[in-house]
Amino acid sequence: MESGNVAWILVSAALVLFMTPGLAFFYGGMDRSRNVLNMLMMNFYCVLVIPVLWVLVGYTLSSEPFDADFLGSFDFAMLSGIGIDDNGGKIATIAFLGMFAAITPALISGAVADRMKFSAWAIFVPVWSLLVYVPVFKWVFGGWLFQRGSIDFAGGTAIHVNAGIAALAAVLVLGKRRGWPHEGHPPHSMPLVMIGTGILWFGWFGFNAGSALGANGQAAQAFLNTFLAAAAAGLAWIVVEWRRDGHPTNLGAASGIVAGLVAITPAAGFVSGAAPIWIGLIAGVACCYAVRLKTRLGYDDALDVVGVHLVGGLVGSLLVGFFANPLFFGPTDEGGLKFLEGIFYGGSAKLLGEQALANGVAMVWSFGVTFAIMMALKKTIGVRVSAEDEATGLDLAQHSETAYHSGGLG
Amino acid sequence: MKLITAIIKPFKLDDVKEALRGASIDGMTVTEVRGFGRQGGHTETYRGTEYQIDFVPKVKLEVLSDEGDVDRIVALIADAARSGKIGDGKIWVSALDSVIRIRTGETGTDAI
Repeated sequence: MESGNVAWILVSAALVLFMTPGLAFFYGGMDRSRNVLNMLMMNFYCVLVIPVLWVLVGYTLSSEPFDADFLGSFDFAMLSGIGIDDNGGKIATIAFLGMFAAITPALISGAVADRMKFSAWAIFVPVWSLLVYVPVFKWVFGGWLFQRGSIDFAGGTAIHVNAGIAALAAVLVLGKRRGWPHEGHPPHSMPLVMIGTGILWFGWFGFNAGSALGANGQAAQAFLNTFLAAAAAGLAWIVVEWRRDGHPTNLGAASGIVAGLVAITPAAGFVSGAAPIWIGLIAGVACCYAVRLKTRLGYDDALDVVGVHLVGGLVGSLLVGFFANPLFFGPTDEGGLKFLEGIFYGGSAKLLGEQALANGVAMVWSFGVTFAIMMALKKTIGVRVSAEDEATGLDLAQHSETAYHSGGLG
Repeated sequence: MKLITAIIKPFKLDDVKEALRGASIDGMTVTEVRGFGRQGGHTETYRGTEYQIDFVPKVKLEVLSDEGDVDRIVALIADAARSGKIGDGKIWVSALDSVIRIRTGETGTDAI
């Protein structure tokens, strides 16, 4: 692989790694001060266990060979046989993809906040990764869903819709927090949330533009689209808030930005012009209203993983059916399969239909298997902390740590 | 000897401190507290959901005083801390059994 490409993939991999701590702070700041360390730990844990799992079996099962329909082989377990004779391109790509594998389960942590046993989480993450992330990834990238014509540039379906619906399944098994929805708590540290948001946006340039797997025009377009969609969505969210609730809030701006980033993820390298702005605006408005669903339907998705990642991912992925620009279906793609153009570029509704199917399939699998994993954990070691621990706070109860020791009292 | 305790609005702390300094009262202890009286809390909005925050941040000021000085000090604090709007706070006076200055061992009025 050309040096420039290898360099860009390596940088992107580092950027995506940075997103997991970014997510940790984004969620942690929204959480209660007595649970912030538990939230950070749930996220950091993902980037501890998944890299190992990824090189052991995750990469090979999810990606080799590219055109395997349902599941890869074990041929490259422990990356056997993969060297650096291609100037490091393969290893860089494996590292890059490993970062995605790490952050996907981390997304679910925001939904299960304040009440999940860490021992259950510790088992959930690798098991979910193997049984849900790996197959869905395979189907979307090279597998049967891809072969039918659906496209997902950086993981709108494979990561965000996947984790979003899994979060829903998880909270249905876990149950509501004590006192929810009557007792609520505001974010304990909005500054932490904003730091996390900034890190996420910064890292997302690697997430999206890096998915071009090359330093080329598609990567540059994906970069610009990421920039625009986040801005448009953040703007949309605070405008809706301002008119509906009376004030624009930092949390609204942050949530909008993330919603836009999620929505552009499946589309980043496939759209151009004003498309990213439209995608951002629509996602911003949709998610701003979607986060209210949980109160209406009665599921305690603590930090709105469903409202932002599931809904944002679906919005972006379906809009690909309209905005996919054949300008990008060039030599940078692998496999040589012909892609479908979006409706606004002369295509039929076929792409839109395939996008809907791909997301539908991913949602059914992810929801079903996640629910099963959670139920298995519930019946064996239990998934929920005791009522007393929930009240004391998980930092002390699960980790024997306190986040904030006040001033001179040490 | 008396202990004067005042709960005041945080932004009034500087005014109160300067007023007491100006009257040659050089010692005080300040704590950040939360509370409410007739002033209710406030509402914060996050992602469209409103949270009613009952407790309002205040500052608690404690000053030691001789019997004779109490009224003067209380009046100074009240005038400096008053904004005229709800939530200005309260001042109360309690009796002290004993006081000792740690460095010198002085007790009683000499320790104030």
